Amino acid sequence: MTATLGMLVTKRLVRLAPVDLAIVVFYFALVLGIGFYLKRFAKTGEDFFMAGREMTAWVAGLAFVSANLGSLELLGWAGSAYQYGILAAHWYWIGAIPAMIFLGLVMMPFYYISKTHSVPGYLQLRYGTAASGLSAVTFAIMTILMSGVNMYAMAVVMKVVLGWDLNFSILVSSITVAIYVAAGGLFSAIFNEVLQFFLIWFGALLIPILGLIETGGWHGMVARIQDNFPGQDFTHMWSNLGHFKDNPMGMHWTGIVFGLAMVQSMGYWTTDFLVVQRVLSAKDIRSAKLAPVIGSFFKMAVPIIVILPGLLGLALLPMHLYPASNLEAGQFSYNEVLPLMLARYCGPGLLGLGITALVAGFMAGMAGNVSAFATVWTYDLYRPFIRKNAPDPHYVSMGRWCTLIGVFISIGTAYLAMGFASIMDYVQALFGFFIAPLFGTVLLGMMWKRVTRAAGFWGLLAGTISSITMFVLMHGKSGERWVALFALSPDAKGLAQDMYQSLWSCVTCVVVTLLVTVVTKPRPDAELKGLVYSLTEVAREDRVGLLHRPMLWGGLAMALLLVLQIIFW
Amino acid sequence: MSGKSEIIPVWFFVGVLFLVYGILIFASGLAEWSHPPATVLANLHAPVWWGGLLIVLGAVYCGTFRPGGKKTQII
Repeated sequence: MTATLGMLVTKRLVRLAPVDLAIVVFYFALVLGIGFYLKRFAKTGEDFFMAGREMTAWVAGLAFVSANLGSLELLGWAGSAYQYGILAAHWYWIGAIPAMIFLGLVMMPFYYISKTHSVPGYLQLRYGTAASGLSAVTFAIMTILMSGVNMYAMAVVMKVVLGWDLNFSILVSSITVAIYVAAGGLFSAIFNEVLQFFLIWFGALLIPILGLIETGGWHGMVARIQDNFPGQDFTHMWSNLGHFKDNPMGMHWTGIVFGLAMVQSMGYWTTDFLVVQRVLSAKDIRSAKLAPVIGSFFKMAVPIIVILPGLLGLALLPMHLYPASNLEAGQFSYNEVLPLMLARYCGPGLLGLGITALVAGFMAGMAGNVSAFATVWTYDLYRPFIRKNAPDPHYVSMGRWCTLIGVFISIGTAYLAMGFASIMDYVQALFGFFIAPLFGTVLLGMMWKRVTRAAGFWGLLAGTISSITMFVLMHGKSGERWVALFALSPDAKGLAQDMYQSLWSCVTCVVVTLLVTVVTKPRPDAELKGLVYSLTEVAREDRVGLLHRPMLWGGLAMALLLVLQIIFW
Repeated sequence: MSGKSEIIPVWFFVGVLFLVYGILIFASGLAEWSHPPATVLANLHAPVWWGGLLIVLGAVYCGTFRPGGKKTQII
């Protein structure tokens, strides 16, 4: 194996020792072994697509966070922390925690009681085939595209850091994911996500520990950043958000509060089936409510291994990093800050652990994408539109094939990303096209029984079209004029534009949904039981001990979030 | 789910991973004790204490959630 890998290596940032290779190889062997072991337990559709709905709150909660902790997430946000400073932590705190608590305490009872298998499945029950089909098609396309881009991002890092051939990295990692997800379905994906969660933590945690020892603590790090980048503020979260020009992100606080916290993060964490699927696998409604709340505490801690290494890079790296699009020979991009910090502190053994953590992040993200794709394709597109009423084993078989096909299409999209460098930048925005309006559609459907089938479909379509239109206008020839209009200032930069784009597309969706609702006929109450707030009985928690109540832990998470905002104000 | 009561809990696999990695990293840290690699803060011998921590955690997880143990039904 060592000799084979050696042949595929070209130039590299670090060299793996035999012990590092043993760590990487053992990881691949273990995840494949778990996949084959779990195959015997994934025989029915409920097992394969929903992990038998037998997961405890802890397992579902860890898988919920881990499915989001892909390589793009790890490398991209560490790079963003180097580029924008601690402002990047907004995506982990106010841009995640309230949404996760909202999912657990408010929305999950409706998903769970309706016994839906997916978010498009809920739309099918609430709004009918048109809205569900639209949501399923857009989700399937974007999931596969994200999976491919995730794969490409990982392969690039393997090439830069280890000198591994791009094709080798893409094929070996993706075929491993395909085998273990096709064997054990969601059951296997969730098991490996929990494993990957621990691996990522223990592989990356040494960087901030050793980094803070080297800088002499937080204050030493801040002082070094100020020395290296005089006049720039990288270590405050709110005090520099008064104007777009006052911070390196080109952001305003309204974009963070209304665009990120109230729309984009709500849309992602409550309606993106990639993450919601993990919670739907919980064994009962209390576990389903508790899982996102448990996940929120771990999510709140992730900046320690993602944002802090980026900040330490600003303080400690002897060279400056640059955007990937403007790189010259011998320079490194923002996205390489995490591997650079890994190489700074980790010798043989620890280096293998860190590299395996990065590979595990990629595989967790990809397994999440393909397992969600297989479910949505089989249950929300194949079953309603192509073959209704087939026996259960037929759908399980379709799910397995779909997993393999999904991986191969992802490999194709990875090579597509390779040919068009800018696609990497656009995919995040593309994903936002569908998530922000979907949040408006799902929330209105859950909270107001008067909303009609036609209103759900037209609202979702209008929100999506408005989002795409805004994106095209802001990135077109006279983009600056449109940026000033939609993002409230010509100084608003990329991420700020994305936040306002999400906000306005959700507003458009809500307005169109309300207008169409007024002129169309509502569904009878009997058809909406278990789907809408006023017609659903959610079990009270009076008999549950205080320490087991999701509401208590949700409140605690929100209080902790508030404290963090004040500390890093 | 078929035969779910027989399933090995995920925490056991976490324990196996920690234990194997802990042993490899700890051993590698000891082997390089007198000639540490050219990394920053190599004098702290991070592989030794980090590997040791992984061994302890791995042993606890493997012991607590071993197949056939009391907690095997915790998926």
